[in-house]
Amino acid sequence: MTVTGRFDPQKYISPVVKGLKPSGIRRFFELVANTQGVISLGVGEPDFVTPWHIRAACVESLEKGYTMYSSNYGTPELRRAIADYLEERFGLSYHPEKEILVTIGASEAVDLALRTILCQGDEALIPEPCYVSYQPVTQLCGGVPVMVPTSRTRDFTVSAAELEKYITPRTKALILCYPNNPTGAVLGREDMLALARLAEQYNLLVVADEIYAELRYDGPPVSFASLPGMQERTILISGFSKAFAMTGWRIGYVAAHPEFLAAMVKIHQYTILCAPIMSQMAALEALRNGRSDVARMVEQYDQRRRLVVSRLREMGLDCFEPRGAFYVFPSITATGLTSEEFASRLLQEERVAVVPGGAFGPSGEGFIRCSYAASLQELTEALNRMERFVARRMKYSKAVAHA
Amino acid sequence: MRSKILRLLESNSRLSSKEIAVMLGLPHDQVAQEISRMEQERIILGYSTLINWEKAGEEQVAALIDVKVTPQQDVGFDEVAARIYRYPEVKSVFLMSGGYDLSVLVQGNNLKEVADFVARKLATLEHVQSTVTHFILKRYKQDGILFDDQEADRRQVVQP
Ligand SMILES: Cc1ncc(COP(=O)(O)O)c(C=O)c1O
Repeated sequence: MTVTGRFDPQKYISPVVKGLKPSGIRRFFELVANTQGVISLGVGEPDFVTPWHIRAACVESLEKGYTMYSSNYGTPELRRAIADYLEERFGLSYHPEKEILVTIGASEAVDLALRTILCQGDEALIPEPCYVSYQPVTQLCGGVPVMVPTSRTRDFTVSAAELEKYITPRTKALILCYPNNPTGAVLGREDMLALARLAEQYNLLVVADEIYAELRYDGPPVSFASLPGMQERTILISGFSKAFAMTGWRIGYVAAHPEFLAAMVKIHQYTILCAPIMSQMAALEALRNGRSDVARMVEQYDQRRRLVVSRLREMGLDCFEPRGAFYVFPSITATGLTSEEFASRLLQEERVAVVPGGAFGPSGEGFIRCSYAASLQELTEALNRMERFVARRMKYSKAVAHA
Repeated sequence: MRSKILRLLESNSRLSSKEIAVMLGLPHDQVAQEISRMEQERIILGYSTLINWEKAGEEQVAALIDVKVTPQQDVGFDEVAARIYRYPEVKSVFLMSGGYDLSVLVQGNNLKEVADFVARKLATLEHVQSTVTHFILKRYKQDGILFDDQEADRRQVVQP
């Protein structure tokens, strides 16, 4: 006879999933959602709506009845356009049929890459603070995320010397995300070359999430895959979300050695089948005719970036100059608050949402992430409110220090 | 540098010269000087505000009037245009190619006021051959700005 106890869903959930930490951002989201009149600098997506001609291309594809599956790899036209773009913009040469796969955003590409290369116990080096998905996805693959701290002293760039300290015989991959979310840091050519030498020396694969590549304010973008000898050992991930303001379309891609690509396609064909064809049509239009839109948006981000950095410094916050993405990552230690306290009090007292740096890894503690993907009016108002808040906190923490 | 300053001011005339300097990474005094020079040179003609008067609760009637001018030996379009644009009711005057010569935007407090202006002042001008009045019924977009923004920010407030 079986004893039927109370049904307990928890008993059925895989321990790996149970062990995943809920995103620090999610937790904060609840708080923000319940506050009225908030100006949010906590958003990780462009404030621009997708340019109209790109939307129109999707509408037109629907009118023409493009409602079917495409090839698992993505439409041949889009793969060719991606290959051409990578060639023209980064000097990379990928075979459109064998080395490029269209995915459901860079998110799926990260998942595919890590599932393809990680075995139980394999270690992946992840410089932090970083985008929130690398660590949990590594864990889901049975891999071991090895978080490598970066700091303000090096403007949040990772050095080969520092990374080397974390390398063990089980280290298989290095996940690089530059321009970086949440810091806006970019890697200089020297640093990149040193990392390339390290990858060769220890036979590491590099998973390069270059979704912010276009959003650079210090010159043309450089892809890790374009460094000497790196194309074969780099799994290059990118997408349309950030550069073309196309987050909701869920469209990205991965470019890699044909054998990695063939392996990734196996997972993709069984789990996803193909990226939505209407989004692929829009992405094709974006690559063919949307490059001037990118330039226009980048110019505006750049202007806002300078304004935000300047205002934050005027408030007395230490803030390095980010050269990529659309985030600034100022230190808030001068206020005497932790980053969580800062974010929640700023929200309560002045109704401005920013993300506590700790949400992106332990080295993010003491910092906050502010996105300048917001209109100039909103940005200015948010900065005015922040200025009041910071001034109050500074006065208070000085008074405490003197007491 | 001038065109960058102008583009910023065109999209938001309330930006201070200091803000513009920071945004463009230029010295403040240089930007301030350049702006005042452009004002003097009448490159910058004014700083106006786009207002949705209907929403402000004030009735405003405007009409676009196609004006045909009788060609004259000694009187050019410029002189006819000048006689028209001196009226304060006239908000803008353009010389056009195509089926008519001048496009005149007239604004008034009500329909009658505008109609009267056309009938009494405009149509009776010497050299004005004919007028066709088109009343503006609804404004969707003006100077690049949408009146009823259906593309307002709908992003979630916090995102990774
Ligand atoms: C570094 C990084 N990678 C990947 C993504 C996800 O991009 P996608 O919309 O293409 O899935 C984001 C989005 O915030 C990101 O910041």
